[in-house]
Amino acid sequence: MTKFIQDLAETHRYQSTHLLDILRSIQTHYHYIPEAAIEQLAELLKTPRTQIISVVEFYSFFHLSPHGEYEILISDSITDHMLGKKSLIDYLSKKLNVAVGEVRQDGVVSLDNTSCTGMCDQGPAGLVNGHALTHLDHQRIDLITDLINQQKPLNEWPDNLFLVEDNIIKPGLLLNQSINQGSALQATFKRGLKETLSELEQSGLRGRGGAGFKTATKWKFCSEEPETLRYVVCNADEGEPGTFKDRVLLNTYAHQVFEGMTLCAAIIEAQQGFLYLRGEYLHLYEKLQGILEERRQAGLLGNNILKQGMNFDIEICLGAGAYICGEESALIESLEGKMGIPRNRPPYPVTQGYLDKPTVVNNVETFMAAASIAINGGAWFANIGTEKSKGTKILSICGDCARPGIYEYPFGTSIQTVLDDCGASDVLGVQIGGPSGTFIANHEFKRQLAFEDLATGGSFIVFDNSRNILEIVNNFIHFFAHESCGFCTPCRVGTSLLKKQLDKIIEGHGSAGDVVALEELCQLIKTQSHCGLGQTAANPVLTTLERYPELYQSQLKKISYEPGFDLDGALETARRLAKRNDAGAHLAQVEEES
Amino acid sequence: MSKSITIDGNTVPFEEGQTIMEAATAAGVYIPHLCHHLEFAPHGSCKLCNVKVNGRVCSACTFPAMEGQEVLNNTQELTDDRQKITQMLFVEGNHFCPSCEKTGNCQLQAVAYHLNMLDDHYPLFFPTRKVDASHAEVMIDHNRCIFCTLCVRASQQKDGKDVFAISGRGLKKHLIVNAQSGLLKDTDIEATDQAAHICPTGAILIKHTAYQVPIGERIYDHKQIDQVSLEKEHDQHGK
Repeated sequence: MTKFIQDLAETHRYQSTHLLDILRSIQTHYHYIPEAAIEQLAELLKTPRTQIISVVEFYSFFHLSPHGEYEILISDSITDHMLGKKSLIDYLSKKLNVAVGEVRQDGVVSLDNTSCTGMCDQGPAGLVNGHALTHLDHQRIDLITDLINQQKPLNEWPDNLFLVEDNIIKPGLLLNQSINQGSALQATFKRGLKETLSELEQSGLRGRGGAGFKTATKWKFCSEEPETLRYVVCNADEGEPGTFKDRVLLNTYAHQVFEGMTLCAAIIEAQQGFLYLRGEYLHLYEKLQGILEERRQAGLLGNNILKQGMNFDIEICLGAGAYICGEESALIESLEGKMGIPRNRPPYPVTQGYLDKPTVVNNVETFMAAASIAINGGAWFANIGTEKSKGTKILSICGDCARPGIYEYPFGTSIQTVLDDCGASDVLGVQIGGPSGTFIANHEFKRQLAFEDLATGGSFIVFDNSRNILEIVNNFIHFFAHESCGFCTPCRVGTSLLKKQLDKIIEGHGSAGDVVALEELCQLIKTQSHCGLGQTAANPVLTTLERYPELYQSQLKKISYEPGFDLDGALETARRLAKRNDAGAHLAQVEEES
Repeated sequence: MSKSITIDGNTVPFEEGQTIMEAATAAGVYIPHLCHHLEFAPHGSCKLCNVKVNGRVCSACTFPAMEGQEVLNNTQELTDDRQKITQMLFVEGNHFCPSCEKTGNCQLQAVAYHLNMLDDHYPLFFPTRKVDASHAEVMIDHNRCIFCTLCVRASQQKDGKDVFAISGRGLKKHLIVNAQSGLLKDTDIEATDQAAHICPTGAILIKHTAYQVPIGERIYDHKQIDQVSLEKEHDQHGK
């Protein structure tokens, strides 16, 4: 092991910023992070062991205790559930003879749940040693079980198990464009950097991650910082359940995304860029590395780009299973090899980002749009959309519809139009923007996709009338409790309390004041939390409670109060000590008021 | 003319670079806090010091004071929320004041009194947590840790060591120490370290000193935390 770790550290030039990459290699090799590896790394990277341990314990894909040689994770997204995930994982657990959350006794296989893997259009989905599995069914599970029991190496598994489709159903302004490699950069240099920034300004492009900050303004602020060492970061950590557009953009439009990043680098004068790719998209890693190499060969990355004297390169960093790293400052922490904990702001990343240097962080789709705008000009983009939301939005549509996949619409398009296109019928409601967004009911389908009405980073989940709203909400709330980074009190404790309170109501133990208490807790988490995760974590409850209050009320018992614990159960020890088990030694939990 | 903000309608002067917390403390205005300590870089995690700045919720300990800010601090709404955040800290760990040797000297308890917290409000989590009594002079009772990171910061920034860290995610967060064994006895902590004395609860204690000051004669037995805090911090912040 000593040599393996030594070589690994050397490959990474003993940089502690590369800790996640290093740990990923160790995890892949040993199926956990051995204590000896931590000790050796601490020495080699001159980093306290506590910092390494804290990183291992923060990310879902690293473990301090041995996991299976085949580590199987099944996606726990609501869309996977709608495709029968629960019975599938039970079947898998039985076939493999391993309980969910456990490692089989022989150490060959472990099985667990994981947050949405971004395959909602081709679920139920999962991961085996980080590689995406799609379209899981009994037949595929039988095959996987055989492969594991024969201990076949992953590279000998049939390719179709790992096949990931793009499913681009409705391309629009951006997706219909195929730009020649380098043409956006050529156009930029020809027009001039300042002029291109002003085209971007005119385009009205706003950040596609959901928050909607004006892209040109962000780039301009960053370029005006006195500190001249600056960075470009592409946020490809799309963890919002129901979102998978970045997966497709990086699979098929990667050149354009990288070109957008290079364009940004030219404008803000950055020399280094990062693509922060979510760990769940490991299957894209090699391909993207190849494209970067291709671009270096073509003189579009590296030194003296297009002979303009510009130097810029891009490094790909893989995440390791933490939704919070989609938050830009948590992402930067993660890039630095730390736990993904959102920073205090100000300062904002444009002034103090990666290694405290000015940094532009934008979404994959934003960079892609910027490259197109550099070629076609600002007006081309601004002519489409609404007053406040220019251009188009790429959606990942999944759930109860005939044609799940990627759709691109001008901003201002009604929800009904989208539903008609994707073949959704008998619709109960739509979750727009993922769990952190809004649930809209079927009388609201005239509403529009737009920052000023229904903003979304891309997630669009359709539910038909066979679905149970409380089950959906419950899945989302459990997701947030699992993904809370734990930094601030209201989110760390609040999301777990919310989970408990919702479980209590759904399981039928709620009494008169419990819905009020639920809403009160939601408001506290929303207003007092540190970052966007906490501030939106209660949205699933708040947006459905607003629309279906009777649904929550009908779950409540008709009593004024029910104790929060099992009264009779609490007497068990006393009964044993007193050697009594008669009726007088038992208590009813509540007396129902008739 | 010096710059100023208002806190609950009262004008409070500030110097460039001060946080709202620093400006408030210098002016004798108490903003409840647990993870903030004037000697260390602010952390902003406990969220007790959340105030409303021009209508927006911000942590006073990290947010810079800026000309024209109208800050709300002592409002019923904020006090209610702070009380609930304190209750969250209580139910998350195992805090049994009557049997805790820190009672009366505990900032968590004192803040709870200050905010008029009379019950836990939320269901208790009763987590299973350990006690590390391995070290001869200093002990950790993880049941009472609230993850404020004051020990982490004190060890790094004052003691020139790196004894503590917070590890894990979400509710699984926990305090770890810098030793291969994971035990305090194998770290380089000493009882004279500031990190050993800074804990706002009873999570890090100096052994053999528990009841030298009897209950009834302790810091918060006769004074409210706002008074104690301002007496202690006012001068430093005001300079």
